[in-house]
Amino acid sequence: MAEKVVETKKQKKERLKKMKPGRLAKREARMGYIFILPWIIGALVFLIIPLCQSFYYAMCNVKFNTRGGVNFTFIGRENYMKIWASDPDFLTSLSSYVVTTVISAPVIVVFALIIAMLLNGKIKCRGLFRLIYFLPVIVVSGPVMNMLSGNGATTISAIDASLIESFLQNYLPTAMATTIATTFGNMTQTLWYSGVQILIFLSALQKINPSLYEAAKIDGGSSWECFWKITLPTIKPMILLNVVYSIVYLSNNEQNVIITSIQSTMFAASKGYGYASSMAWLYSVVETLIVVIFAVVLMTRKDVYQKQVKKAKKEAKKQAKLLKKVQRREMKHEAKTIKATKA
Amino acid sequence: MKQKQSKPPKRNFIQEFKNSPPDVRKEKVRKFFMGSKESDGFCKLFVIYALLICIGFVYLYPLLYMISNSFMDMEDLLDTSVNWIPSKLNLENYRNAAKSMQFWNSFLKSVVIAGVPTVINVIVCACVGYGFARFEFRGKYLCMGILIFSYILPSVVTMMPTYVLYSKFGLIGHLTSFVLPSIFGQGLNCQLFILIFWQFFRQVPKVLIEAGQVDGAGYLKSFVRISLPSAAPAILTVFLFSIVWYWNESYLTQMYVVGYFQKQDLWTSLMVELKSFNDNYGSAMAASSTSGVTQSNNESIRFAATMLSILPVMIMYFVLQRQFVESIDNAGITGE
Repeated sequence: MAEKVVETKKQKKERLKKMKPGRLAKREARMGYIFILPWIIGALVFLIIPLCQSFYYAMCNVKFNTRGGVNFTFIGRENYMKIWASDPDFLTSLSSYVVTTVISAPVIVVFALIIAMLLNGKIKCRGLFRLIYFLPVIVVSGPVMNMLSGNGATTISAIDASLIESFLQNYLPTAMATTIATTFGNMTQTLWYSGVQILIFLSALQKINPSLYEAAKIDGGSSWECFWKITLPTIKPMILLNVVYSIVYLSNNEQNVIITSIQSTMFAASKGYGYASSMAWLYSVVETLIVVIFAVVLMTRKDVYQKQVKKAKKEAKKQAKLLKKVQRREMKHEAKTIKATKA
Repeated sequence: MKQKQSKPPKRNFIQEFKNSPPDVRKEKVRKFFMGSKESDGFCKLFVIYALLICIGFVYLYPLLYMISNSFMDMEDLLDTSVNWIPSKLNLENYRNAAKSMQFWNSFLKSVVIAGVPTVINVIVCACVGYGFARFEFRGKYLCMGILIFSYILPSVVTMMPTYVLYSKFGLIGHLTSFVLPSIFGQGLNCQLFILIFWQFFRQVPKVLIEAGQVDGAGYLKSFVRISLPSAAPAILTVFLFSIVWYWNESYLTQMYVVGYFQKQDLWTSLMVELKSFNDNYGSAMAASSTSGVTQSNNESIRFAATMLSILPVMIMYFVLQRQFVESIDNAGITGE
């Protein structure tokens, strides 16, 4: 009663994995390494080694001696303790950075999505509007933004934000109200950062198959339902992409106070490289955490269809297990009865 | 794109409307404002256009404000009746700002600072992206993970050791400090460019390359002759974005290429000049003026300086607008 062994897909994959690569595969792999060799060297020299070094710097007191050399004295976590204990400026700017990023990244993305939806219809002069909305990407940079906001070009006098602020303060705690109000006050800045995101959304929207909408409409779906059930699930990867892009952009651009403060700390005589490194490490850990949290929140929410598929698969697995159990028991029982009859 | 259709004879809508019975008339009015299944109504279109135009105005407001203010002289600035349009076209601001920034000198240097790393970026990122897309090798996904991680990581973390490294080799204040990272695929936003190329080369059918190999093309030849020509949109995208980002970069430019303390007068860029415009303006004007009459620094001059520093990229944008706006579409970031 030898059953023929049927290889499942998974087993086949594993078998192929265990097999040694052939000569062609080996040569291809070698070529792959050669093609990305510059990047590997770059990643080692400009990323991984400096990363370790700056981790070491952060635990040191770095001083330049008169002959141009560098002296390191190991002081452990003292730099971090100093930041926590006696650098209120950095801590306040860090916390305000977290709040503004967490608020303005979703605002930018939602805003970009709305504009992309508006542009996606049958709009005349779409090219002109795209031209206008993309213009800030070309222009925006640290010094230009500083010049513009410093001389009052970014606040539109016709839109009075103080009214919104006083309204918000009646209903929300002050800390929240002021941050939201400043986000509104800097609306032009927020808008200016959303140029790339608009184009990404627009190009994703235009690639959605129109027959999907047609089918939905025949089944009586309103455009509101179409948005939630078709548009949003389809462009979900783009939402993640845009959120990550926005956060990275907001954290790495020169308008950010922390970035400039780290640079000035680095060259300050009293604090130096070690202190600046620990600031940078703290900052990057915070930023990476924000990105990871956003990514997890956006990625883990599966839509209804996927959820049901998963549920069905689980159920099927359970059934199969149960079936096997029953079969095994039957076999045992049969064997027992055969033995009994023989005896 | 648009197919030519034979136009139906013109209907006189007003006449038709007047002749129709009242309930049909009502229905027609409703259809015009609220729209039907086939077409959007007037109300919806009106709201959409109004929103688009308002948002467009908010987008353009800072630029318009800057342009109009940059032409104003002192009297116009103080005069409250002059709001948007200056009383006379005053180019003095631009002349002063250009003199203070040493416009032509810094412009040429900015072009070099932005251009050279960009060209290297395009070449190197194309190679690396091709390597990731075309070949299977051990540790590929680890490398991609590191790539994305290094994009998220702010550049300030690695700044200090890199600065020490450069100053050890005496590269601070030279263009080499920008060229070197981009040779090794670590330039400004190189991670994004590599991902763009990776995404693009994945879409090149493998059959094409295999056919080339059957005909005797080696790995390098199949890359240069088959894959690269089909990646023209991606190359253009990377080129444009890279040049714009390098142009607008002033933080790292000031650190590495110009030198933070500006001891050497070797390199400078328009953005760096703009950054220190307020500090430099007085001394630069005093040094260059012969008559002793200098115009004091006011916001018009600052706006003129800002305008001058973004003018080259703006001109480039308006010339190449199509390529810019469609670049993201063409680069295939959003998939096919």
